[in-house]
Amino acid sequence: MSHPVEQHPVTKTVERVDAREKARGETRYLADIPFPGRLFARVVRARIVRGEVVARNTPSLPEGYILVTADDIPAGGKNCVRMIEDDWPVFSEGTVRYYGEPLALLVGPDRATLAHLTEQCERAVEFRQQEAALTIEDALLCRGGAIHGTDNVYCDYQVVKGDPDGAMAGAARTIEGEYRTGFQEHVYIEPQSLVGTREEGRVTIYISTQCPFYVRKAVATALGLPQEEVVIIQTPTGGGFGGKEHYPDVLATTVAVALTRIDGPIELILDRMEDLEVTSKRHPSRVRYKAGLDEAGRISAFDVDIAFDGGAYESSSRVVLQRGMFSSNSVYEFPHVRVRGRAVATNSAPSDAFRGFGAPQGLFAAEMFLSRLAREIGVDDLDLRKDYLLQQGSTTMTGGRIHEEVKLPEMLEHVLRVSDYRRKREAYAAAARDNGANGTDGAASAKPLGGIGLALFKHGSAFTGSGEQEIIKARVRIRKRADGRPELLVSNVEIGQGVLTTFCKIVAQVLEIPYTDVVYDDHNTSHVPDSGPTCASRSVAVVGYLLQEAAKKLKGRLHEPGEFEVEQVYKHPEHLRWDAGTLSGDAYPSYSWGVNCIEVAVDPLTWEVDVRGVWTAYELGRAIDEEIVRGQIIGGAIQALGYAGLEKMENPEGRFLQRTMADYCIPTSLDYPGVDYALFDNPYPWGPFGAKGGGEVVFDGIGPAYAAAVQQAIGREVTRLPVTPEYISELVHEK
Amino acid sequence: MKNEIRFSLNGKEETLPGDPRRRLIDVLREDFGLTSIKEGCGEGECGACSILVDGRVIDSCILPAGAVEDRTVETLESIRETERGEKIVQALTRGGGVQCGFCIPGMAVSIESLLRTNPRPDEHAIREGISGNLCRCTGYQQIVEGVAAIEHVEGDNS
Ligand code: FES
Ligand code: FES
Repeated sequence: MSHPVEQHPVTKTVERVDAREKARGETRYLADIPFPGRLFARVVRARIVRGEVVARNTPSLPEGYILVTADDIPAGGKNCVRMIEDDWPVFSEGTVRYYGEPLALLVGPDRATLAHLTEQCERAVEFRQQEAALTIEDALLCRGGAIHGTDNVYCDYQVVKGDPDGAMAGAARTIEGEYRTGFQEHVYIEPQSLVGTREEGRVTIYISTQCPFYVRKAVATALGLPQEEVVIIQTPTGGGFGGKEHYPDVLATTVAVALTRIDGPIELILDRMEDLEVTSKRHPSRVRYKAGLDEAGRISAFDVDIAFDGGAYESSSRVVLQRGMFSSNSVYEFPHVRVRGRAVATNSAPSDAFRGFGAPQGLFAAEMFLSRLAREIGVDDLDLRKDYLLQQGSTTMTGGRIHEEVKLPEMLEHVLRVSDYRRKREAYAAAARDNGANGTDGAASAKPLGGIGLALFKHGSAFTGSGEQEIIKARVRIRKRADGRPELLVSNVEIGQGVLTTFCKIVAQVLEIPYTDVVYDDHNTSHVPDSGPTCASRSVAVVGYLLQEAAKKLKGRLHEPGEFEVEQVYKHPEHLRWDAGTLSGDAYPSYSWGVNCIEVAVDPLTWEVDVRGVWTAYELGRAIDEEIVRGQIIGGAIQALGYAGLEKMENPEGRFLQRTMADYCIPTSLDYPGVDYALFDNPYPWGPFGAKGGGEVVFDGIGPAYAAAVQQAIGREVTRLPVTPEYISELVHEK
Repeated sequence: MKNEIRFSLNGKEETLPGDPRRRLIDVLREDFGLTSIKEGCGEGECGACSILVDGRVIDSCILPAGAVEDRTVETLESIRETERGEKIVQALTRGGGVQCGFCIPGMAVSIESLLRTNPRPDEHAIREGISGNLCRCTGYQQIVEGVAAIEHVEGDNS
């Protein structure tokens, strides 16, 4: 680690407020909270991939068990899980679009009986099956008929900068490439969990979630209730990574409908197998590039065609896709650009948010294509990148400005130095030339094949465009309590990322009091204002800033008698502009930047990849607590290494083949070495003490750096993630 | 009552309530209120439900409760009250080793077992020792560093 500049006091590490209780095993997650008289629930699922229910033949149920279906949705309610569109039903009314789609909810007192009854109910359903569309190509061909609309396209966007057609037409040479990435499952260690009940007559949901107000909106819509009539209480959440952004709504609405028939409490906790099989995954992607070069060999036109597999319902695919599109030029500036993006419908479980939110797919493709360009043009990989690097004042692909100083050159130099990149890169290239092990004859030598790779990237903090202003409209309050302590009233929640501590630190720093004096423990939607969801690297960057500004209003007033509140509402910085119709302007309020380097050794017999080193540098504005940020960096890197090389999820017939944690392997403590890191300070004027987002940028660059390292090691071009031994073997043996 | 199944739980002699074919995790969490034990997978893969049976780390989600007859069961509830247990808690707390926390009690149990047999483990031994405990948040490094910094607790190799 290193500290290129002196630390601001807010960066100094403190003990996390939630750590001791968690380490002693005293924190009560949903499953640990006693609910007297609790009943259990199980989702009755369609055991086909695509088709129509012909007959349900529901068996008669024993006393005390009820079956809840779409018919139980009250008048005024709506059979949908409200997200962006209302297309995802709470319960199927007959049409089945993916394996495991909910048909009903069984509720009763005994878990074993429930499991047995669920199976009986599922077996009793008769279907007419239909041919399924399972890939992006299937979707675009409308295999089996359209799933969504007439063409299976949820959205079709275009971003244009300059005159891409003219530039491409005038190009002296064009170069193309195609890149693909697969599903990734979140595998939060605490499965999806909730309890629904009625308290003082109101529907009340205790739930493991990132976004209590999303759950509230979805439940209120399904039941046809005013939002204030629904109470959501977030329970300590055992990991999210995007998997508890929208998916909890899908489960909470089923239990909410059951509450129209019985009062509960009703517990719904997914088995791990069920969780792996039916919950949302990261969007698989296909990204095609075409670059036009002018006579001098400069990149004049850059054309990108992106397709994301959105799965069976739209959920937040359009926003994920937009981020993928805006990441497709990575950190480079080209004069003439066209990016087309489509999210398509398939018969897979709906794809949704996952740490990085479309950016890892776009950045992987961009970085790999840049190295293809370098090879084809015959210039050094790094030199090519440096030539096109964004800098302060640059125009982004959406026609926005880079407002901040871009520290990438410094960061790159740092990573090159600590990783000894140049020497190793050259040495591995020389070794490959010497023994002929690389390139044409990979299996000839028994010695491991070495490689080292780099990636440069950025991640926009907060919602896309003017989303913070137009959609979220975050509002925070700080209450001065009668006992003199400030209490934070916000809807952002702890999911492991440390926000309970960072928010307290921000406010304490302004008020010049110990951070342990700040109270932040109320996660009930009827007590706190809506400061937006816990996602999009926005908690610290956006909500933390509002808290800082609110705390300023409280400064010097903590000794006033009684109780009172101060409030702060989001206001978009005036220098930013955005046109949502043409997707042009400043796509994000600010960017966090990163450089990653990975060194690997590939076994020429098994094609197993051994990661020898991981070096990272980040510019996140300013870290609020270095140890917490370091936890994000390491945790993000290891999770992304899983995505890059290990985690494979496939559904060639529609049902996922990986159904247990033995089939779907996530990294263990033995799989990867430690992660080296450096933080570059660059305080951002609209972030708390200068902080920007850090939860996702730490994921984004690992995939391409890993792929670039393997690419050098085996002397073959890598165009897909994950880079599994099977894929490497395929590459090495193909003609 | 005949056919009572007796076992030692966190230092106390207990009788197994109910059906011995129930999963041990359910008996310990529901009948004894030992909620430090977490269920992450229910299939013996994640280690969140780790406990010690005769000093060995066991996934309590795949063990029928009757299997602990005449054995000694320890959970984090008793380990955390010992001197070494407190050092483990501090090692996790201070070094950034805890994020969402769901894997952490199981992790602490594995660390306790490791330190009993190897009071001064090196990085590799620590990584081996916690390799049955999956963590999706931390990437393990801060946990490993925290454990490496624990000072040896003399004379407690129970
Ligand atoms: S819950 Fe027992 S190993 Fe995962
Ligand atoms: S801290 Fe979240 S799974 Fe380990």
